[in-house]
Parts: sequence; structure tokens; C-alpha cells
Amino acid sequence: MIAVTDLTKVYRMGEEEVPALAGVSLAIARGEYVAVIGPSGSGKSTLMNILGGLDRPTAGSYRFGGEEVGRFSDDELADFRRRRIGFVFQSFQLLPRLTALQNVELPMVYAGVAPAERKARAKDLLERVGLGARVGHRPTQLSGGQQQRVAIARALSNRPDLLLADEPTGALDTHTGEEVLKLFEALNRDGLTLAIVTHDPDVAAQAHRRVAFRDGLIVSDERNAA
Amino acid sequence: MRFVELVRFALGAIVAHPMRSALTSLGVVIGVAAVVMMTAIGLGAQQRVTGAISGLGSNLIIVMPNFQRGPVSQGAGSGMSLRDSDAEAIARQVEDVAAVAPSVTSRAQMNADGANWNTRVEGVTPDYLIARDLIVAQGRMFDAREARQGKKVIVVGPTVARQLWGDADPVGRRIRVRTVPFEVIGVLESKGNAGLGQDQDDVALAPLEAVRSRLVGRRFRGDTIQTIYVKSTDADSLDRVQEDVIDLLRDQHRIRQGEEDDFQTQNMASILATMQAAVATFTVFLAAVAAVSLVVGGVGIMNIMLVSVTERTREIGLRMAVGARRSDVLIQFALESVALSMAGGLIGLAIGIGGALGVAKLAGWPAAIPPWAAPLALGFSMAVGLVFGAYPSWRAARLDPIEALRRE
Ligand SMILES: Nc1ncnc2c1ncn2[C@@H]1O[C@H](COP(=O)(O)OP(=O)(O)OP(=O)(O)O)[C@@H](O)[C@H]1O
Ligand SMILES: [Mg+2]
Repeated sequence: MIAVTDLTKVYRMGEEEVPALAGVSLAIARGEYVAVIGPSGSGKSTLMNILGGLDRPTAGSYRFGGEEVGRFSDDELADFRRRRIGFVFQSFQLLPRLTALQNVELPMVYAGVAPAERKARAKDLLERVGLGARVGHRPTQLSGGQQQRVAIARALSNRPDLLLADEPTGALDTHTGEEVLKLFEALNRDGLTLAIVTHDPDVAAQAHRRVAFRDGLIVSDERNAA
Repeated sequence: MRFVELVRFALGAIVAHPMRSALTSLGVVIGVAAVVMMTAIGLGAQQRVTGAISGLGSNLIIVMPNFQRGPVSQGAGSGMSLRDSDAEAIARQVEDVAAVAPSVTSRAQMNADGANWNTRVEGVTPDYLIARDLIVAQGRMFDAREARQGKKVIVVGPTVARQLWGDADPVGRRIRVRTVPFEVIGVLESKGNAGLGQDQDDVALAPLEAVRSRLVGRRFRGDTIQTIYVKSTDADSLDRVQEDVIDLLRDQHRIRQGEEDDFQTQNMASILATMQAAVATFTVFLAAVAAVSLVVGGVGIMNIMLVSVTERTREIGLRMAVGARRSDVLIQFALESVALSMAGGLIGLAIGIGGALGVAKLAGWPAAIPPWAAPLALGFSMAVGLVFGAYPSWRAARLDPIEALRRE
């Protein structure tokens, strides 16, 4: 589904050039569960952002289902993010003014889903992440784990082909982190393709495949013994 | 992406901070209220001026002595240059004249039935009614013979009648003007209080000869008149009649080419046009000053919108991350700014209309709220919202999603 070849990303800081990705090649098939690991500053987030269509590579190719995402216009990238990608952030990124239900509805609003359908779907998704009783709550009225589960429901709302999560348990304690991981596991079992950045060895152990980064390069790519 | 959803987002952001939104709109409220009020007051003044001047009589030319002409060259004769013969000549020789009314005026104390009142007494001929568009409501006007003979009869204005006799019928009563006894034979119909600060109903009409000989006579030669009112048959002939009157009077007074007239003429239509133009200019000026406050209101909106975009950077990043196009973000913020501005415009319109009615009532002004005030106010406030919301909205739409999400 995803084919990344010789991908580089260079950040310019005034005169200085910071290479965040130095030539990454990676293929992810439909239904895979990939953990991305590596020390801080090794380029994991940079890769996720490019895969999610939030950022553009400096050079190299990123093909998604046969399309060259790197050549997309701004609008095509927005459409790509909306239709193909679900993104889960470390800091949840819920809109504080909106209820859990409205937060989950948001991507569907931009997708033009009719209000009745989008409410029903958002309710289903919140039930699926175990928050059926919290639909009317605002983010400040929810625990961190609950907020992240709302964020996951939101990421799923437009039925993405790929779910990306950048340290989704980074802001959670061990117990709630585990709950969130169980949720990912279940989603993957239902056929969702997942790529998760993590520092947590438990998370990495759960995935089917571990991709390790160092200094903007992939240093190992191995499958877990099932 | 449906437009209604973007409207919903925009309104949601506005209601989320009611106090801030209200204060943001305040500038536009004041601006629109000021524009509406100033326009309405200006138009009211225009109507008042029009009413006042046309109340003096339509198609009217007023001929008076030239008071400006140097007293040195004119000596004691200054200000007394018009004669009965001038009025007669105009009536005889100028074409398209509906009425010629010579007159003399004096202020005089009146006594009747124990009451007294000081008013303006006009010595006139019956044609005066035609020239000034006056109507006798009760009794009758004196006729040409009575006017010539200087019979001591008088027609009073409604104000005089009310001051001297209250609600009683004045016709047939006796009245003393200064020391001269007159008989009241009629009462004029009210002209309404449309005068330029002058009550046009506070007047009395008596035969020209009577007023000239008994009330103002000592100061004048026996055939002197102070004003000639000339009414043309229609508006189109007014200018030509005026020119003919000037030519004729120069001839009558033997004024040589190049010499200044010893009389002056005023054409009510041109006075009206001049006054209306002046008031219109004044109105535009007032509205322009008010429009400046509208611009200030717009700058206020821009300011808060810029703050809001900065504050909501993460929200914008998130919206983009879940698939909003740049144009979606642009429209959402532009709508927010337009909605704030138009809400201000609506409130300002209401305040402006209320204020204009209030001022009109206080000033005894006719309130003139033009029918286009509402579309104008809403159109203007929408334009202000668009213009001053454009830059903040563009800033929002131009944000980079990753950087925006990282912002605290
Ligand atoms: N916007 C930016 N401008 C300049 N340099 C950047 C920018 N974003 C990332 N970098 C640099 O790119 C490199 C890779 O950063 P990245 O965020 O991908 O690391 P990471 O592997 O996600 O680290 P962490 O585990 O701490 O999240 C780092 O050296 C970082 O300093
Ligand atoms: Mg990172």
C-alpha cells in the first residue's frame, strides 16, 4: 500500500541544514502493524508527518496506493489526509470547545457527511472506544486516556486506510497506556493498517514489525516472532 | 464541505466568547449608528429646508431694493428704489406672469378685546395671496378696490387670531394696529410651522395704501414699495421672467449699461437649489465623518481577528490535519469577521434609527430615515467585515499544519 523510496527531509535553520531523514526506504502492506522506534531526534516524527500528508519530503518518492503523494497540491494533500489517513497525536489535539461527539464528527464535517449520519457514526465510534457514556463531555471533563480514545475515534471517523500515531501513549500512565494499546490491537485485528511511533518496549513488542531509526536512517527492520 | 457548516463553525466561535465578540462589534455598532443617524438628520434638514422655502410660494421671484449699493452715491434714497409704477410695469409688460404683488411691511403692536400682540403687518394687494400661495380660511380677502382706497380692513394669520381671541371667531371684530382702528374681515389658513425659525402664521395683511399711509408713511415717499413678489405661470418660465423683470426695471430706473442695479431679485427655485446643495454637501460630509468611525470599527475587528488567529493556531492546525482545505479555513475566518461586523451593523442600524427619531423629536425636525438605510448599513458592515477580515483569514489559511499543531 505504501512505498517510500530514498526519502529525505532537510530542515533549514537559517544557514544551517538539519537532515531529519537521510534516505529512507520502506514498504508497508495493507493490514500491517508497524512500530517505529529509535532515539530522540532520529527522524521518527518527521517520517510520520510525511506519511500523514502533513509535511512534504525534500527529495525521494512517497507512493500511496499507486499515487505519488509528494507531488500533491495543497488541496490534494488536504483531501488525502481527510480520506486516507487517521492521525493520533501524543498531545491528543482535541478542540476544547467541542464535546467528545463533536470532536469525532469534525473530520466527517469536512468530508461532507450529512449531520444525522455523522452523529450516528460518531456515537458508534465512541462506543467502540468505550466512551458511549461520555459523548456530551468536553475534553477538560475527560481523563487523559479518555481524551486519547476520543482522538482515536476521531482518527477513525472517515474510515482511513492508514492510522498513524506519534507516541500515542507518551502522555499517559502505564495503565491507561495499555488500554489504548489494546484498542490499537483490536483495530488492527479488524484489518486496519497501523504505524505507531513509540519509546515504550511493550508497545514495540506488541507490533508485528519493528522499524528502528537512528540519525535519519532505518537501522533495523524486523518482524516479531508471532 | 458545505458552506452552512462553515457558517456554523464561525458562529460557534463567536458565541463561545460573547463578551469579546460584543466588544469587537462595538466599533461597527458605533460606526453604522453614526452613519445612519447623520444621514437621517441630514435628509431631515434637507426636507425641512425644502418645505420652508417652498412654503414661501412656488415659482416666486422676490424683488427688493439693493441694500448693498453704496450709500454714498445713493444718499438718503438708498433702500427705497421701488415704486408702484415698477409693479404696474411688470404686470403690464412681462409675459407669463401669474401675479404681481407689491408690498410694504411694518412691525406693529395690535390691541383687540383687551389682548395685545406684536406682529408683522404686510400692506399688500389681493394678488399677494396668489403670489405667496396663501388661502383665506375664514371670512374673505379685501378686493382690489378696497386695496386702492386704503380701507382699514385686515386679514390675520392663525397665530395672531389665536393670540388675540383664542378659539373665538375674529371675523367682524375691531382691532387697533398701533393707534389705527381696523376691522378684521378674514383669517388665513395655517402654513404650518415650516418657516426657517420664523412663524409664517404670525402675520397680518392689510390694504397697501392703508399700511403705507397710516403705518409706515412718514418714512417713505407716497408711492414707495419695499418688495415686489412676482409669480411666474410655471417653473419653466421662472428664469426668463426673472431676466425680463431685471431688464424692465433697469429700463424703468434709467440705469445705464455697466451701472449697478439699484434693486435685487431672488428666484426661490435657485435659492432652494442652492440651499439643498449646501445641505446635501453637509450631509455627505457628516456621513463621511461617520464612515471614518466605521473604518475604525473595522480596524478593531481586524485586530481581534488577528489575536484570535494567533490564539487558535492549534485549532487551525488540527482542522487542517483532519482534512480541511486552506480555503475552508479562509472562509471560516472570513465568515466569522463578516458575522461580527454584520451583527454590529444590525445593532448599529437599530440604534441609528432610534437616535435619528430621538434627535428629530428634540429638534422638531421631520425624521427622514431613508428606505435604503437598512440595505446600506448591512452592505457597509458586510464590506467592512470582508475587507478587514481578509488579512487575518489569509494568515490563518496560510499556516503550516505541523507548526500550527506544535504551537502552545
Ligand atoms: N521544524 C523543524 N525545524 C528544524 N529542525 C527540525 C524541525 N523538526 C524536526 N527537526 C529536526 O529533525 C530531526 C528529527 O526530528 P524528529 O522530530 O523527527 O525526531 P523524533 O525521532 O521524532 O524525536 P522524538 O523521539 O524526540 O520525538 C531532529 O534533529 C530535529 O531537531
Ligand atoms: Mg517525535
